[in-house]
Amino acid sequence: MNTSSTLALKNETKTVNFKKYLLRGCIAGLFLLPLVWMDLQTYLTLMVAGLSLGMLIFLIASGLTLIFGLMDVLNLAHAAFFAFGAYAGYSILNLLNPLGWVETGSFLQSIISLGLALLVAALVGGILGFITEKLVIKKVYGDHLMQILVTVGVSFVIVEILKIIWGVNDEVVPMPMGFSGSSIVFGVFIEHFRVVAIVIGLMVYAGLQLILKKTKIGIIVRAGVENQEIVQATGYNISLIFTLIFAAGAALAAVGGTMMGIFNQAVDPYMGDQFLIFALIVVIIGGMGSVTGSFVGAIIVGLAFNYFAYLAPKLALGVNFMIMAIILLIRPKGLFGKD
Amino acid sequence: MSDPILSLKNVHTHIEQHHILQGVSFDINPGGATILLGRNGAGKSTTLKTVMGLLPASNGSILFKGRGINKKKPYEIARMGMGFVPEDKAILATLTVEENFRLSMLNENEKSHENLEEVLDLFPALKKFWKTQAGLLSGGQKQMLAIARVLVCDHSLLLIDEPSKGLAPIVVEQLGESLIKIKDKTKVILVEQNFNLARQVGLDCFILDDGHVVYQGLMEELAKDKALMKNYLGI
Ligand SMILES: Nc1ncnc2c1ncn2[C@@H]1O[C@H](COP(=O)(O)OP(=O)(O)OP(=O)(O)O)[C@@H](O)[C@H]1O
Ligand SMILES: [Mg+2]
Repeated sequence: MNTSSTLALKNETKTVNFKKYLLRGCIAGLFLLPLVWMDLQTYLTLMVAGLSLGMLIFLIASGLTLIFGLMDVLNLAHAAFFAFGAYAGYSILNLLNPLGWVETGSFLQSIISLGLALLVAALVGGILGFITEKLVIKKVYGDHLMQILVTVGVSFVIVEILKIIWGVNDEVVPMPMGFSGSSIVFGVFIEHFRVVAIVIGLMVYAGLQLILKKTKIGIIVRAGVENQEIVQATGYNISLIFTLIFAAGAALAAVGGTMMGIFNQAVDPYMGDQFLIFALIVVIIGGMGSVTGSFVGAIIVGLAFNYFAYLAPKLALGVNFMIMAIILLIRPKGLFGKD
Repeated sequence: MSDPILSLKNVHTHIEQHHILQGVSFDINPGGATILLGRNGAGKSTTLKTVMGLLPASNGSILFKGRGINKKKPYEIARMGMGFVPEDKAILATLTVEENFRLSMLNENEKSHENLEEVLDLFPALKKFWKTQAGLLSGGQKQMLAIARVLVCDHSLLLIDEPSKGLAPIVVEQLGESLIKIKDKTKVILVEQNFNLARQVGLDCFILDDGHVVYQGLMEELAKDKALMKNYLGI
């Protein structure tokens, strides 16, 4: 190819990009708007709250991005993975608490106990996902209706098992001491655990990006999603790869569940249901299969929820559907979706 | 003569309820390129996909390097040393050229990087588009990438399905030169409708018709047999 055709190609992508960036710019600008009705400190307090909520939603949505966005499996059991993970994490904290590692103890002990809780939750979620994929999902690839039916069934079974293990009641989750409490920094009210949520959300985002974009596994996964036949004929066991992606998605849901459980200091068997809706909205706003899209989408949803909860509480729940509708009208494939 | 590298005995393939391959038998000997001919819908692509394990053979046996592969998964067959360039969607459009190559390297080691250097000498144009998304390449470049990506592995047999489809004559010519170099190193089974190209590259050939092998012989002899050509290939 000569340089002139390369140039033409570049120009074409430029116009497409321009529209994309305009929309992104507008959205970013919109988030300055609440400043009209509130002072800077309230604005920033709500921003921290919104970002942390966004990151918690991102944790659930990131798993859904892999399962729904990349593998195109409508997985309604995601909420059950989330709840099961929350209980698994809660069990670990509950176990460590009497040893003086959670609600008392040093900052380092708080970090270790949170780390252990998240690790165990991820393992438990991963195993649940692995089994679910092998037993049922494998047979319903490409069939959305069956996926809905089957995953609702799986969800029911998981929640029943959860109730057998942990009982039907809500449980109180101990908050690691190092992350409890709050500070006021330059008049901005900051709950410490919200900062932890933001940090973990960023870590998961960076980790996922790194794995998907830079590693061989990431290449195989992206290739497998585009064209299974080629990936198989190249020499990769696509069936195993899909099982692992699904398990990873379930593990992320479980991590999200544990974080949400600690954040609310409570777990209950149906805690995942309300967040599944948020997560679905986020995946759709962001664009199917885009981790960055989910990340940005989650921030949008988290921020919008908090600003509206302050300014017009009655609108707070509905606003995210509005945002989704508007974004999809302008860009049917979502903010970061591939055209 | 040495043992055949690939041997099909009475292979049947069904796609849903359709009986596509109806008892295909042939032996492919190592060395050079063997051409698979036949009109549209004769079952050429189905044959390659069945050999690769992408379509299950409902009956018959397939031996690759003397080992039965009917029941093996495509990835196992690939790892035994068979490379496949399908007719459509032969590259990963959402991946960059570089990533397409990395995907092909089952083991990224010194040897595979050496192979890559050699392959890029064969298709120098690809170097310029190293970081470009493969979906943005031109038809000819895509086809080069499709072939180049399977060459980085040390395969003992390559199945290549209609690489010249939709390419300009000049590009077909370049492709022919590349294929000639490739078949000198690795055994190739080539499905090719462009008879001139097939004749340049191939030593012997099979003609498929309606899911059966109807002719087997040397390319040069087929080229002389006008009646046969007209009957089965319509040329
Ligand atoms: N998925 C499918 N469902 C039903 N029939 C199919 C399917 N795929 C192929 N066939 C049929 O199988 C027969 C052989 O197809 P195949 O693709 O092997 O032909 P071919 O020789 O490669 O043709 P071409 O030269 O057009 O590529 C054709 O009659 C085709 O219609
Ligand atoms: Mg074909």
